[in-house]
Amino acid sequence: MDSADPPRGRLSRRAWLTTTSGVVAAGLVGTRFDAVDLSARQVPAQDPRSIPGRPPSELGSRAPGERPRRLPGPQVPSSSSRSPLHELDGIITPADLHFERHHGGVPEIRPDGYELLVHGMVDRPTVFTLSDLRRFPAVSRLAFLECSGNGNGTLRRDPSPESTPQEIDGLLSTSEWLGVPLSTLLREVGVRPTASWLLAEGGDAALLARSIPLAKGMDDALVAYGQNGEATRPEQGYPARLFLPGWEGNTNVKWLRRIEVSDRPTMTREETSRYTDPLADGTARQFSFAMDAKSIITFPSFPYALPDRGWWEVRGLAWSGRGRITRVEVSADGGRSWADARLQDPVLPKCTTRFRHLWRWNGSQAFLMSRATDETGYVQPMWDMLVGARGAGTSYHANHVRTWKVARTGEVTFAQGELA
Amino acid sequence: MRRAGLAAAGLAVLAALAACGAPDGSQERDRAEEPARTEGATPGAGATVPVEADGSWSLRLADVSEGPAWPLPAGSPERFGLGTAAGAGRIAPWDRDVRPDGTGLPPGSGRAADGERVWIAKCSACHGPTGTEGPNDRLVGREPREGFPFGAEPRAGPRTVGNYWPYATTLFDYITRAMPQNVPGSLTADETYAVIAWILARNEIVADDVVMDASTLAAVRMPAAGRFVPDDRRGGPEVR
Repeated sequence: MDSADPPRGRLSRRAWLTTTSGVVAAGLVGTRFDAVDLSARQVPAQDPRSIPGRPPSELGSRAPGERPRRLPGPQVPSSSSRSPLHELDGIITPADLHFERHHGGVPEIRPDGYELLVHGMVDRPTVFTLSDLRRFPAVSRLAFLECSGNGNGTLRRDPSPESTPQEIDGLLSTSEWLGVPLSTLLREVGVRPTASWLLAEGGDAALLARSIPLAKGMDDALVAYGQNGEATRPEQGYPARLFLPGWEGNTNVKWLRRIEVSDRPTMTREETSRYTDPLADGTARQFSFAMDAKSIITFPSFPYALPDRGWWEVRGLAWSGRGRITRVEVSADGGRSWADARLQDPVLPKCTTRFRHLWRWNGSQAFLMSRATDETGYVQPMWDMLVGARGAGTSYHANHVRTWKVARTGEVTFAQGELA
Repeated sequence: MRRAGLAAAGLAVLAALAACGAPDGSQERDRAEEPARTEGATPGAGATVPVEADGSWSLRLADVSEGPAWPLPAGSPERFGLGTAAGAGRIAPWDRDVRPDGTGLPPGSGRAADGERVWIAKCSACHGPTGTEGPNDRLVGREPREGFPFGAEPRAGPRTVGNYWPYATTLFDYITRAMPQNVPGSLTADETYAVIAWILARNEIVADDVVMDASTLAAVRMPAAGRFVPDDRRGGPEVR
């Protein structure tokens, strides 16, 4: 039931081609932008230059044939869906493709009845309406959000070669988050000097709750009511959510309805029986909030294939919950040699960074890897380093290097199991 | 969580937190203009937060700076005066969380025998007749009785209430929030105490005939108590 399990029922390359491009006979596909529905492209019966186009509309839509989709998990009902990392470029995730992870489904909350209660070790316990929240001085920032279970399917030695970046690491998305700093609200209610924690609670059917150190609430935490320039989506916590830049997704409590300031953690189910990291020495790491540096190549990747040798741009995402990405290296020989990729601006702290690397494929088998470094000097580890540091039973925070194999045929598969 | 008083005794509140009461708009800094905030900082520096009430362990947050990262605009008032004061009557219905020391536990009681009836009627469809069959989380099971092999062994078996949950009070907190999944929060306090008595008895943590209530539940020591340690990742070159 946890976010851990990667979706089953993967698409084969052939099935993916059938559903996405409708051109099975054409065989291999190239970059993402070749992989559109060609039949839909061919719909216009007339030369578009010979007739006036359609008028403006109230709400735009994607071009016919452009059909990126989230991928819900296999359970019924599913508790998560993944962003199509391999069908996106740049760093922003369109809001309707932002990943989901719910513990009690998506609640329907009326904005005019919404209330956020802030109480506990404060001088003035207060209820804020959505209008109140929007009236405070606002800030926005670009930041990633990642489930701490993202990618843990790759900790096994034999993940399916037919895994897309979406299936592997799609519990990752990036938005411009808009809201009121939590520090502003805490100042408004007057936090008592002996306070050190707060409990954040959602208004969903799970009343999901996490204990958060007050220091994070006073640093860069947001009560976010906006996402990519519009209201936060219901799946992301409408009307307002907690947003904790760089911290594991579960702590970013959605549908936020209550903050209780206190002097100790509550020890909720989500910070004891879940979201803890057992270690080889017989202990379990608790309150492992920060997401360490990580990266993944999104092209070339399964289900794409390179139709011919020559110059290709290796593209991917890198991110760190501890600050800025300072370096991404790419290897085409399974980690024996590395070259610096280009980091595309903007390179922002606690945000995804797009990296690109020009690579000349000579037609022989290649193992493509990316390795991120952040501003603290942390280098994304190889699988054996990560498991060696924590133990073979580790599952959350699976930020080790991802590997793709490019076969002589040009077909690309996930090669985690092959090199292990 | 309702508290009669604010017990601060024994809690070392560190300098990083001392200013939390009144971040001052006059401290305005434009963080966006600064170089990386951790640049030049010692890896591992940052806020330290007490976790256990007795001060036996605390958490060091290398990635958190003394706030606020979002200074208020110059000229901001001491208070904006937004929001509505919340009295005890407004707070109490929402303030139902339960802590390891038992704070927040309501009146009421129940025994495992009563809990078995609750379990069969309202829990067993998802968790199995004996708490071991699933299909959802397996809640009963003490194996392995010795050690805590979940980090070392990928196939150590399911993490149950009996072998992994460090606090018994979490059961009350969680059931009140989220269970039963189809009608969350619908159990009475007596039903909740009773079904917790059943779960703990099946896990061989309490006797079959114990009366579970606010004081007996808070006194339960779980097999996995003491297994949990603070996150020691700090960024920097070391992989942990």
